Amino acid sequence: MTAIATTPEIAKPRGIAKSGVFEAQPVGRSRPMAYLIGALCIFLITLMLTPLVLSFLASIKTPDEASAIPPHYFPHALSLANYVSVWTYQAGLWTYVSNSLFVAFLVIAFCLGLAVPAGYALARFDIPLKEVFFLLLLASMMIPYQALLTPLYLLFSKMGLTNTHVGLAIVHTILQLPFSVYLMRNSFEGVPREVEEAAVIDGCNSMQALRRVLLPLVLPGMVTVSLFAFIMSWNEFIGALVVMSRETSFTVPVMLTGVSTGRFRIMDWGALQAGVIVSIIPCVLIYLLLQRYYVSGLLSGAVK
Amino acid sequence: MLAVNNRLVGMAFLGPALLFVLVFVFYPLSQLIYVSMTSESLLGGGQFVWFDNYIFAFADRSFWSSFLFTLEYTLIITPILMGFGFLLALLVTENRPLVRITRGVIFMPVVIGLASSSQLWVWLFDQQVGLLNKLLVDIGILDQPLVWFNRAQLGLTAVIISVVWKVLGFGMIIMVAGMQTINQEVVEGSMIDGASYWQRVRWVILPLTSRSILLATLISAIGSMLAFDQFYLMTGGAPRGHTFTSVYWIYQNSFVYFKLGYGSALSIILMIVIMIGAATQIAIQRRGERA
Repeated sequence: MTAIATTPEIAKPRGIAKSGVFEAQPVGRSRPMAYLIGALCIFLITLMLTPLVLSFLASIKTPDEASAIPPHYFPHALSLANYVSVWTYQAGLWTYVSNSLFVAFLVIAFCLGLAVPAGYALARFDIPLKEVFFLLLLASMMIPYQALLTPLYLLFSKMGLTNTHVGLAIVHTILQLPFSVYLMRNSFEGVPREVEEAAVIDGCNSMQALRRVLLPLVLPGMVTVSLFAFIMSWNEFIGALVVMSRETSFTVPVMLTGVSTGRFRIMDWGALQAGVIVSIIPCVLIYLLLQRYYVSGLLSGAVK
Repeated sequence: MLAVNNRLVGMAFLGPALLFVLVFVFYPLSQLIYVSMTSESLLGGGQFVWFDNYIFAFADRSFWSSFLFTLEYTLIITPILMGFGFLLALLVTENRPLVRITRGVIFMPVVIGLASSSQLWVWLFDQQVGLLNKLLVDIGILDQPLVWFNRAQLGLTAVIISVVWKVLGFGMIIMVAGMQTINQEVVEGSMIDGASYWQRVRWVILPLTSRSILLATLISAIGSMLAFDQFYLMTGGAPRGHTFTSVYWIYQNSFVYFKLGYGSALSIILMIVIMIGAATQIAIQRRGERA
């Protein structure tokens, strides 16, 4: 219903837009129009933030109030009890957070370690069948990794990789590598050849040229690769559900499914929302700090 | 000599990534094809049965019901996402402060995990403690709190509402990027010709952003066809498996019933459907690169 409720609001500019055009001005320049757009913006911001704000408010209610029927919008008393109960849930929140973080950092390392050299090779070297190799690397974009989970599970069982950070990091790397290679190839192609030639004339071999001259120049690309690898890995669910079956190796999203059923099979709503907030915070923080990288990376991956 | 050397160095740089993809994508893919023709199960079995699993799938009512349910979900949510995405993109393309903040806020849920947002919304929809239910009662839309997850269509509606909230910003941002590349002179020209705002949208902005819209539609539709998290966490397939999606049904067969052979055959069928969509997407992207 939330989505449908926006219809009349969004349709509003229709009537008034004409008055804007009447004065041969672009939309939003006339004063009533500007107010209307302003009001619409504030309405949309409220609509989008409400679920997050309500979740946060529920997480700082007392556990009894968070499960009260009927519920209250605002907490009557503040309490960190829900966070305490998530903190001490089963093996302890820190176990799950550190699992998630460790896997995410491995994914970043794998993606950079594989995609930076591959992007360099694809952008700069005259390799036979280069475009075929490039398409092979992008092929996993066409093969949904959800379909590969069964054979990967069998492969990991043989290799002893189930319930390991490396195993899950491999699944996440499969998912993230095409985008990373694509982005790194573009980044290297964006560096003028003269920069590298100058380095070679100064006596660098290709490895040194890469390390000392090119890497600083493609750093924005590497930041974007890391950013996407982290957010994807932190949030990914079905792979983690399949690979990590032991309680102590759960990542945060998998742990949340346990929190929601509660200790005595009774829903612990306050603790669940505290868990949701904990799982959301890193992504939102990174987004707020590195929004520019995130949006431009998304667009170069999707549109170009 | 230098060229050959160069090739070897280049292959050495490319090698690790290629090896990774061979071992962890193409080898499992070949295994997937092989296992899909066996009766492999975690509980034993493993005879080669040729195409029995595929024949079984085509006669399996549950497979068809999950496939059609996924298709229904995709066909409902994609136009909603693209329609609202387009209207919001029109609103937030300009770079004024309040508009920029609105754009940022609408996009923010895109970075949140689908698992987290599903856990948030399952609480908002709960018939006893759910604040969305309370809100809908308080403003008079509902008489009493609704039990959202005991009927398939209501459960589907709830999932769609939550996913629209979460991914609306994705299509919007792609369309904003498309709109920002439109040459302003074209737009101004149509204004001098006396076109009204909505005429301009219909005849200038819409055609010039059609490639962005098409891309966003394909990416979004592929994502919806692979839906799992939101249904696993919100409906759990209830009632009676009516809200199983394709991936959910594969997961259920492979990892709950341990029918790996059958699960693999279903994976291949799904993969073929997805590949058609993805190939179209890549074709559009490549054409855009040359243009």
